[in-house]
Amino acid sequence: MASKTPLYDAHVAAGAKMVDFHGWDMPLNYGSQIEEHHAVRKQAGMFDVSHMTIVDVTGPEAKPYLRHLLANDVAKLQQPGRALYTGMLNQDGGVIDDLIVYYFADDAYRLVVNSATRDKDMAWLVKQAGEFDVAVTERTELAMIALQGPLAEEKIAILLSDDQYGQVKNMKPFFGVQHGDVFVATTGYTGEKGYEIIVPNELIVSAWDKLRDNGVQPCGLGARDTLRLEAGMNLYGQDMDEQVSPLAANMAWSVAFEPADRDFIGRRALEQQKQQGTEKLIGLVMEEKGVLRAGLKIQVEGGEGVITSGTFSPTLGYSIAMARVPQPVGDTAQVEMRKKMVTVKVVKPAFVRNGEAVIKPY
Amino acid sequence: MSNVPTELKYAASHEWVRSEGNGIYTVGITEHAQELLGDMVFVELPEEGDTFSVGDDCAVAESVKAASDIYAPLSGEIVEVNEDLEDSPESVNNDPYGDGWLFKIKADDDSELKNLLDAEAYSASIEDE
Repeated sequence: MASKTPLYDAHVAAGAKMVDFHGWDMPLNYGSQIEEHHAVRKQAGMFDVSHMTIVDVTGPEAKPYLRHLLANDVAKLQQPGRALYTGMLNQDGGVIDDLIVYYFADDAYRLVVNSATRDKDMAWLVKQAGEFDVAVTERTELAMIALQGPLAEEKIAILLSDDQYGQVKNMKPFFGVQHGDVFVATTGYTGEKGYEIIVPNELIVSAWDKLRDNGVQPCGLGARDTLRLEAGMNLYGQDMDEQVSPLAANMAWSVAFEPADRDFIGRRALEQQKQQGTEKLIGLVMEEKGVLRAGLKIQVEGGEGVITSGTFSPTLGYSIAMARVPQPVGDTAQVEMRKKMVTVKVVKPAFVRNGEAVIKPY
Repeated sequence: MSNVPTELKYAASHEWVRSEGNGIYTVGITEHAQELLGDMVFVELPEEGDTFSVGDDCAVAESVKAASDIYAPLSGEIVEVNEDLEDSPESVNNDPYGDGWLFKIKADDDSELKNLLDAEAYSASIEDE
């Protein structure tokens, strides 16, 4: 039996096409994933992300624990509410998962990790807790909606008191605030402004209905994937996994090598990889007909690589992809598509931000 | 439950066929097929004058999810293609039996039609999937 989020009935009632997503019954779309995609780029859309795993890390040694556990450095988080994107690595420098960590206090943090990796993540978090004086608590009683798009700031008001709205309205990106039952963070997975909203399970349906009645388009996993790919955001299990270094997954910016004496898991392996050089995650653009798909082999100057994620970009009107390739890369790549070789452009792996094309040469 | 109009004939590979008289048949993909594929982004059509044998791949419907071959349900020559799909491939999703038609084929041999499924048999075939 697949797991259901508290919004399952709302999805079915809205005519969603439900699919199995790593053991969860989730909406793929509510009719047209392209229309849902455009709603997020131009207005506001919302996603049920209650399947994601929310974990609170508390206790006197929460900070040293997370500084050891995560590739990015939570010591950078000084202001309560501040959030950070990071990989959680194994000893070989492979990515166990990517996650967002929110800082409340030196003894209180919140992690939001992927649902597909829930079991191994929890096992790893507990194992690494070892001798640290911390509690690792999964918050299954909480549910989450991602409200995203240029109108998100105006649409969220319906859920909040004046007081709460005042706090949320001018919040910078990558912040979160707990106010009563509601946790609101300026994070997301679409490249648009927006919020991730966490409330107790029993309040999520009413929040969803209020947003829908306020003109927010429900969006499924289909649109979530095209939006995150346009934004150049990695999908765990596709663009990186335990066999892939963050340095080969466009995540080097999220690895804090300084201070040099911070001994985080995977550090030694990464230092070695850095010296030897790694494969790189690049962006691809194909303006002619057809769609680049995950798994297709590609050729660059340095040899053969593989497309890790590919799609038709509804915003741009042509196909985009991310690919992991050996160096050197060059300006173009060859892709074998439906039995013929096609030349595609190599670009930075970020295509659309805040509704606009942001394609840059690699 | 998918819409399967009774006046059409069907191939098990999800194409529909409508007789326009004079041995000319309009071909599209079924509502069930477009549901499986999801939002259409490109439709690659054959050229007028191309000839195909039954079962040949003659077009490609590319959706957000996958590229899918379309097979000629009858042998014959392409006499018209739906050029509007170039700009609005979503017609295949929104109106698969109307504006979303793909091409018209002049059949070499009308008797091939009896190898196709009627609505009832096609409905049964997609129930089993």
